[in-house]
Amino acid sequence: MTSRFHTISVLVENHAGVLSRISGLFARRGFNIHSLAVGVTENEAISRITIVAEGDNYILEQIEKQLHKLIDVIKIRSVKGAELLSRELMLIKVSCSPDKRAELVAIAEINGAKISDVSQTTMTLELSANEMRLSAFEELLKPYGIKEIARTGVIALQKGANSLNS
Amino acid sequence: MTEKMTAAKALVKCLELENVSTVFGYPGAAICPFYDELTHSQTEHILVRHEANAGHAASGMARITGRAAVCCATSGPGAVNLITAIATAYMDSIPIVAITGQVCTDQIGKDVFQEADITGAAEPFVKHSYLIKDAQSLPETVKKAFHIASTGRPGPVLLDIPFDVLLEEIRFSGAADYAKLPEIRGYKPNTAGNKLQIKRVIEAIQEAEKPLICAGGGLFNRYAFTLMREIAERADIPVVNTMMGISSIPGEHPLSYGMIGMHGKPIANRAINECDLLILLGARVNDRAVLALNQRELKVIHVDIDPAEIGKNLPATIPVVGDIYTVLEQITELLPEKKHTEWNKYLRDNAESPPVNPQYQPQISEKTINPKNFIKILNRLMPDDTVIVSDVGQNQIWTANNISLGESGRFMTTGGMGTMGYSVPAAIGVKKAEPLREVIAICGDGSFQMQMMELATAVQHNINVKIIIMVNNRLGMVRELQTNRYSDNLTAVFLDGSPDFIKLAAAYGINGDYLTDEKNADKALITLLASKKPYVLQVSVDERAVSLI
Repeated sequence: MTSRFHTISVLVENHAGVLSRISGLFARRGFNIHSLAVGVTENEAISRITIVAEGDNYILEQIEKQLHKLIDVIKIRSVKGAELLSRELMLIKVSCSPDKRAELVAIAEINGAKISDVSQTTMTLELSANEMRLSAFEELLKPYGIKEIARTGVIALQKGANSLNS
Repeated sequence: MTEKMTAAKALVKCLELENVSTVFGYPGAAICPFYDELTHSQTEHILVRHEANAGHAASGMARITGRAAVCCATSGPGAVNLITAIATAYMDSIPIVAITGQVCTDQIGKDVFQEADITGAAEPFVKHSYLIKDAQSLPETVKKAFHIASTGRPGPVLLDIPFDVLLEEIRFSGAADYAKLPEIRGYKPNTAGNKLQIKRVIEAIQEAEKPLICAGGGLFNRYAFTLMREIAERADIPVVNTMMGISSIPGEHPLSYGMIGMHGKPIANRAINECDLLILLGARVNDRAVLALNQRELKVIHVDIDPAEIGKNLPATIPVVGDIYTVLEQITELLPEKKHTEWNKYLRDNAESPPVNPQYQPQISEKTINPKNFIKILNRLMPDDTVIVSDVGQNQIWTANNISLGESGRFMTTGGMGTMGYSVPAAIGVKKAEPLREVIAICGDGSFQMQMMELATAVQHNINVKIIIMVNNRLGMVRELQTNRYSDNLTAVFLDGSPDFIKLAAAYGINGDYLTDEKNADKALITLLASKKPYVLQVSVDERAVSLI
């Protein structure tokens, strides 16, 4: 089995100590975390943790099963076809009937957001920006009915030729 | 009626509502409000002499009653001392609820006197933990703790409660408030096995020519071993067990072939290596238990409550996630009778262990006893329903391989963690729960010296445990390892400086005797068994005696 990156989305209770339980589990079981980002979801009591971990399918299965054992972990899903991000990214899925599409496309354009998925009843918008702009964008979309939000937390690389470790 | 009371009082009430009759613990400043309230309760407190032993005693009690047992300690060093016991319960899947005092909420993180981040420190070893900062949430948190500890895969749950929280007044009506289990979103353990998987289990058993059950410690949950015996008998399936699974099937049962693993019986390991269907029941395929199985084609049915154990150490052909009792019930409903005469005959014909390699033959010097014979003599003399708690090391292997319990006997040890100093406090916990049963702790002179302070606990609280110390003046298991793997370069395994254990027991007011000759073993053991008070028997064992083979 070949080793590769897996993006795992985890819904957890949003209270103190949860992140340390999760990062501790990765450390003591020897799972390699490539990146980890936490953000609150549309439900304030629940956080979404997005973890990119490295390993073969056996490791991935163990990561999921061991995470499931944590009482604070509510749901786990490994997202296939992971993409690496270098800024804070928000994916926001809103209710969208076909007659509202044009309106939403306009809002997206003004805010520099992309339309990343469209279905009969929903539209998913993607915005990579700083935290304040993300919150304002969310407020703007609330009237349409927000179905789900995923935020990665900030991950960053230095621009240009210089890098932090040089 | 909703009353106002301190959280400490509510905590005591919650324990009463959980039918906790005994708390094993050691007080300190931070947990004093709880102790103060405990004096007004029917719940008895047993003062141990080291916090870890409060945890081991709770473990023993939980194992024999099948219900979560409680230990407590104060903040800082008290809590930190508990960790060994919490970790032991975690590895052995034993339900305990550990309560620790904590410094005042506004002092947390300030490195004040006797402060330790116990929820952080114990995190790798707990099923779950709570630092209770909101006093009003205490009753529902206690309820959750007992639920989590005792359902699903059992394990330790830690409740860390700051001093000021214990003193805060809350509204609590007792039974009415406590009856309903609060929602725990992230905790929904499976109970019944998937029906399709159960069907596949039945088919696999039908097709197999050489099926084998491997019985693990999980079978003691809800007495599931009774169903395992029924299944084995109905389909004529031979049974081997892990160390944690000892006494899940009587040693003399015609289908029983003993313990597997590095220190197990040759026939049990042979059965594992030659079967065509391995049925793992509540066992997690530990590295010491099953060696090199991955190297051959083998059908494996793995029944476990914890999905993470399935496929972790051994790929499973038919995984069944569920409560072992419920799953075995599902299997018994569908399983037809079958005979495996040839397979059983083959195992029975080869059951005799091959002659011991002379290299490993213990040289029995004068004034020592062959420990294997000693365990067999004990086995013959003790009552059927005796509970044997073995410690860790050579004494554990000698006991595990030579004890042969009947229908009602019970064997306990820490097979997962292997914590020295477990046997005496665990035996105290067992005896407290089952005062009418004979409870015998078997340890070595190494492990005894990690727990000998608990003699005082037994005396103080009139807990009539019997203690057998196998004395060879060595850390025998390590000595054996150094002999075999390090060219007999023995180091740091000599126990010179140890006291005379019988004189030590006498200093506590405990009777005891020395046994140095096998001829006197019957008499010495009869005296031990007849004693109505704690009793210590010091058994001299040759320093070269081995546990392997």
